Amino acid sequence: MRQIIKIAWRNVWRNKLRSFIVIASMILGLWSGLFSASMMSALNNQRINSAIKSQLSHLQIHHPSFQDNYDIKYQINSLNEVLEALDENKKVASYSSRIVLSGMASTARGATGVKLIGADHINEKNITDIHSHIVKGTYFSGSTSRQAVIGQELAEKLKLDIKKSIYLTFVNENGLQERLKLKVVGIFKSGNSMFDGSHMFAKKDYLDKIFGKKDIIHEVALVSNDINQVKELKDELLVAFPDNEIELWSEISPELGYANEMLSFFLYIFMTIILIALSFGIINTMLMAVLERKRELGVLMSVGLNKSKIFLMIAFETLFISIVSVPLGVLISYITISYFGDVGIDLSIVEEGLEQFGMGARLYTELYLDYYINITLLTFLLTFISSLFPARRALKLEPAVAVRSI
Amino acid sequence: MNVIETKNLKKIYSQGEIKVNALNDVSINFKQGEFTAIVGPSGSGKTTFLNTLGGLDKPTFGNVMIDNLDITKLKANKIIDFRLRNIGFVFQSYNLIPVLTAKENIEFIMLMQGYSKEKRNKRALELLDAVGLSKESKRRPGQLSGGQQQRVAVARALASKPKFILADEPTANLDSSSTKNLLDIMYDLNRKEKMTFIFSTHDQRVIDRAKRVITLEDGKILSDKIT
Repeated sequence: MRQIIKIAWRNVWRNKLRSFIVIASMILGLWSGLFSASMMSALNNQRINSAIKSQLSHLQIHHPSFQDNYDIKYQINSLNEVLEALDENKKVASYSSRIVLSGMASTARGATGVKLIGADHINEKNITDIHSHIVKGTYFSGSTSRQAVIGQELAEKLKLDIKKSIYLTFVNENGLQERLKLKVVGIFKSGNSMFDGSHMFAKKDYLDKIFGKKDIIHEVALVSNDINQVKELKDELLVAFPDNEIELWSEISPELGYANEMLSFFLYIFMTIILIALSFGIINTMLMAVLERKRELGVLMSVGLNKSKIFLMIAFETLFISIVSVPLGVLISYITISYFGDVGIDLSIVEEGLEQFGMGARLYTELYLDYYINITLLTFLLTFISSLFPARRALKLEPAVAVRSI
Repeated sequence: MNVIETKNLKKIYSQGEIKVNALNDVSINFKQGEFTAIVGPSGSGKTTFLNTLGGLDKPTFGNVMIDNLDITKLKANKIIDFRLRNIGFVFQSYNLIPVLTAKENIEFIMLMQGYSKEKRNKRALELLDAVGLSKESKRRPGQLSGGQQQRVAVARALASKPKFILADEPTANLDSSSTKNLLDIMYDLNRKEKMTFIFSTHDQRVIDRAKRVITLEDGKILSDKIT
């Protein structure tokens, strides 16, 4: 076997130029595939992270009927027990109890449907990153209670600016319309224009005063210490509080969850297509190598190299090309993905389009380790499959004819 | 004692609709220690005959018995193994493995036979010495002259201690000095070690050194002379 491996290795380097071209094409193919995958993965993750940080959080708790029509009478069941459990659970990093009002925001210039989130604005900073996306004004300030922080899209829609008043009309617990007057103190731009056009934040203290009680909570949004533990955390809470609806971010926003699942499936399809295209290059090269060495293969068969060893020799030659090119391709990909993962890629030229999908203008490439590993294994598998055709061609040679080949 | 016996060997090739009788009812025996030249014009069936003796080609009819074993009945992998252990080949174009050194080319056959590293090394050096190429052991075929390559090919053929060596026009690509050198080596091996050599050749220098000359024409034995 050692001798077969030695011959195969030396055969790879007999025609250095050809081997370098195949190796370079494999490196380039792997790099372009992995780098493109990292961009797609980054776009998707950025969209998910943006949604998680600005609106979804990791997990949300509601009354089972609340999300059907945002009726404010559907408040969280056993609220104190729920909050106590969250305080004690070590998987919970932070949570925010919110009042959520769905209604019509209006000014003298126009009206639009919005969702008002009333939360403890200091605690809310641990859950959402709206405070870091203020483009005008401040994220609540002073002791004035009627403050509102609104999205930039909403401000543009209603021609609003700082210090201007905004009215929110909503249906109260008794089924009657009620109107709040708030003063805009800050305008945020989260990177998701749809969210920015339909959300505003207010101080919970003020809403408590309006409702005349402090225990009205429609939503608890929480962030876990580890996103991978969120599913487990949800199951624990579901067992403890079966009369509440507890949803993961991917359930609250199923389109994001599906997109995430689809993306990882799509990335493998994408890489497989690239690798299949590369495989044809390998097949072509190895076939040429076999056909131009017919006489030599005939001699090897004549002097006693049996068919399984001829097969192994061709398979090893193909494998060696991969052994050289795959680590290099993966390493170069890793270096470039890590580099652009740090400095980012400037996509400001398509910023507006990206914002529609909740993505920022700077893309930080990223790719999971298991993807690198799986693609490496897939490449070796496809390389092995690629060796079958040339090896089979070699096995069909008749030694008596092959030794006389030119 | 017969090393090889052929019985009614026929080999028919199809060239389109035309059938060519490359071998036509050839029955002949070869004894241990013979130094035989098979001669005849181009297309007379010399190479086909050697290939059939070596199990590289299967006859259409007839048998090839080597030490009373009919090799025409052996399956593909069995015949490869049989060749490895019993038959040495020397080809017209040397046909060494270009990526292996002279010594590695000789060792390769022994490796296939499962010789230990020490035995391989010892025999390869002995054989290189026998063909006068001790100093060239680390050179690859591309760094050797045609004559030197053919001497390595002879050493390779001898490596597995075969029952006989089949050489297809071994001197066709060699100059006179290399031809003489090669023939001397093979003649010595035949004389000292009783190694059986069967050549196909056009070369009068080889024919002159042969102890037996078989002439083929149109796939038939025209004459069989002991010299």
